Amino acid sequence: MPAFVIAEKCDGCKGQDKTACMYICPNDLMILDKERMKSYQRDPQLCWECLCCAKICPQQAIDVRGYADFVPMGSQCVPLRGSQDIMWTIKFRDGEVKRFKFPIRTTPEGGAVPNGGYGDGSKANDINDQYLWTEPESAGFDLATLSLK
Amino acid sequence: MPVPNFETVEITTDILICGGGMAGCGAMFEASYWAKKNGLKIVVADKAATDRSGAVAQGLSAINMYMNTAGGERTPADFARMVRNDMMGVAREDLAYDIARHVDSSVHLFEKWGLPIWRDAEGKPIRSGAWQVMISGESYKIIVAEAAKKALTDAGGELYERVFIIEPLMDGDRIAGAIGFSTREEKIYVFKAKAVLANMGGAVHVFRPRSTGEGLGRTWYPPFQTGSSTYFTLKAGAEQTCQEIRFVPVRFKDAYGPVGAWFLLFKSTATNAYDEIYVETRKPDLAPWEPYASVKPLPANLRNYQGILDEVAGKGPLLMRTERAIAALAEAYKDDEKAFKKKMKELESEAWEDFLDMTIGQANLWAAMNIRPEKEPSEITGAEPYFIGSHSGASGTWASGPADIAPPEYHWGYNRMTTVKGLFVAGDACGASPHKFSSGSFTEGRIAGKAMVKFVLENNTQPNVDPAQVEEFKARIRKPFEIYEQYKDYGTTDEVNPNYIVPRQYLFRLQKIMDEYAGGWSCAYSTNKVKLEIALKLLEWLKEDGEKMIARNLHELMRVFENQQRTWQAEAHVRTILFREETRWPGYYFRTDTPTMDEANWKCFVNLKWDKDNGWQIFKKPVINIVD
Ligand SMILES: Cc1cc2nc3c(=O)[nH]c(=O)nc-3n(C[C@H](O)[C@H](O)[C@H](O)COP(=O)(O)OP(=O)(O)OC[C@H]3O[C@@H](n4cnc5c(N)ncnc54)[C@H](O)[C@@H]3O)c2cc1C
Ligand code: SF4
Ligand code: SF4
Repeated sequence: MPAFVIAEKCDGCKGQDKTACMYICPNDLMILDKERMKSYQRDPQLCWECLCCAKICPQQAIDVRGYADFVPMGSQCVPLRGSQDIMWTIKFRDGEVKRFKFPIRTTPEGGAVPNGGYGDGSKANDINDQYLWTEPESAGFDLATLSLK
Repeated sequence: MPVPNFETVEITTDILICGGGMAGCGAMFEASYWAKKNGLKIVVADKAATDRSGAVAQGLSAINMYMNTAGGERTPADFARMVRNDMMGVAREDLAYDIARHVDSSVHLFEKWGLPIWRDAEGKPIRSGAWQVMISGESYKIIVAEAAKKALTDAGGELYERVFIIEPLMDGDRIAGAIGFSTREEKIYVFKAKAVLANMGGAVHVFRPRSTGEGLGRTWYPPFQTGSSTYFTLKAGAEQTCQEIRFVPVRFKDAYGPVGAWFLLFKSTATNAYDEIYVETRKPDLAPWEPYASVKPLPANLRNYQGILDEVAGKGPLLMRTERAIAALAEAYKDDEKAFKKKMKELESEAWEDFLDMTIGQANLWAAMNIRPEKEPSEITGAEPYFIGSHSGASGTWASGPADIAPPEYHWGYNRMTTVKGLFVAGDACGASPHKFSSGSFTEGRIAGKAMVKFVLENNTQPNVDPAQVEEFKARIRKPFEIYEQYKDYGTTDEVNPNYIVPRQYLFRLQKIMDEYAGGWSCAYSTNKVKLEIALKLLEWLKEDGEKMIARNLHELMRVFENQQRTWQAEAHVRTILFREETRWPGYYFRTDTPTMDEANWKCFVNLKWDKDNGWQIFKKPVINIVD
């Protein structure tokens, strides 16, 4: 199901030096054609269909078309990713449509606190021992209580 | 694009982390804390954007390693025993145990950062198996990267994205840094560091995938994992281990959708074309692999083997009986239609979320084929082999264990340091330490992160970087462009030219060799000495021709180096399966000339290493149990 850009919808992220889809694709497949000011997917054969690009595109300009070498035509799988959940619209070849909504995070975007509120960990102060940052509080038990049995 | 006029950017740091996947984020997180306390600098380089890089880019629907030790569920010793059994006796229990005692801390942090973990009414995590917990994990990587990057920034560290690492820089027997190039700008990066962590994932596309047209990229393991960890550590001179233990996942056919939730959460069975449950009918076939064939759960490779036997016997397709599983689950509600409908809706949503969170392509394939899992079964089959040491394979680098529990044979100074001074590994890169998955890889990154700070404090000198070595690598980065410029006008069809090879065709050549001679899916994962020796000869020619790969832009330049790295991964694998004269993991690969397991001679690790002067060296290392 390689991702592709719908020409009409893409605005090239308004000519910023880094488009959202180029920024995110883990396989470096999205690229901006500066003349047309539109992105395109440069290597459909190496697309993982992870949809990282479609989920981040502010214009919803990215869709997928099932891999031509084994997927029957006509289905759709469209994400709409918000800050707390994701909505999926699944269209079957025979026309049935299913919608699903799943949570994606429980904190606001950018709201992750590295130590998780556990503090630094009352035993995480010696570089020579086994305790890691936030331990033992984050683990809920002390390493010293464990055995090899 | 003409030969780029690369600018050289030099960056000096105490600690360099190569790769910002799950292990890289764990290392970033933990090393930042200890580095800040001690005034050390950390630099991270990744070829992608850490928000969505590596195997978790798409999201996941389960955390596959969680003990809940505080809740009384599992102990680190239980985990080490499970790993030993699943790997047919060959695993580093010290490494497994070490991860298990810290993994709960990591999972609890993920949840605090915002990752939704499924919990029941009493707040107990919902397990889909003995070690797994279900999550709504679409944004798993984004959330983990967010916390890691915050910790890094707070410690004054720097992150370089879209930098592809090609080679280690060495100062004698100590690592001195790494070199890479930007896939976006004409820049070569020379990183100088006192300690380096290699955690650039495993490898895919070494073997020919099942689809080779447009669906080439729809492998189970994402096409952007290219053997960088194995290549980097091999070239630094580090000893490798378990390079024979590839992973062959059995997944829904063609789109490689996950089967774990179907087997474990929905309690589905799988049958062959004759409605036989092959894990039962094929029990006698496992006799040569006792005692491991009697372990519960059955080791993953033995389960694979049973299905492979049926497929070879012409009894395929293998079918996941989703319709029966759903009917059985609904059975409990047969007298209450309202409750039944509610339950069905819930199950349907859970089943689709399982795909949509981590294998969207499978959801699309089901929609394209009008598949309703409650009405009809779906085909499952074995994938092409992958190298993913964090999962149910074990390939990777040989690393030192923790000071307090590793026996002397497994301990030489710093936790997760390789046999090369200052070079550390975690995640897929760390061998003989499987079943750690996403949470365990992150945790192993943390363990390595702390150990690296300790290493730098005790070895606080900046190693020398040899300028000649840097020039040699810079020349290698320019070469694919130069060859193209020199010869591009020789013919009139760009891709057909006797003077060079395009990266895509090189990739196909590698995959064909490995599939046909090293036991790919088209040979039912079987091979033998004669075939493996042919593979080595063909790989030698391939490596020579690799010097003639061309690049026409920076993106294609990345493909050149990815291919070279995959080839070294392939060669390490072929050499190791050739050396081990037995068949221990029959569902991963089968040596037809040594078809049985040989506990007396081969219950050991096979390790190998490479250096310029001596070439490849391969030898055995003992398996030492540390838990009962
Ligand atoms: C399809 C699939 C499903 C899975 N399902 C689950 C699951 O349900 N639950 C679970 O817990 N685990 C699951 N796992 C396992 C989990 O994803 C891995 O264990 C984990 O991601 C390994 O972490 P890592 O850091 O070693 O590698 P990765 O997370 O893959 O990270 C590798 C990093 O290295 C970078 N990199 C690679 N090469 C270079 C280079 N040359 N230069 C610079 N950077 C480079 C990449 O961009 C990436 O950031 C699954 C894995 C796969 C493939
Ligand atoms: S993110 Fe969307 S709008 Fe922006 S360049 Fe890509 S396709 Fe176009
Ligand atoms: S679907 Fe994934 S791999 Fe394909 S172009 Fe989009 S981000 Fe890249």
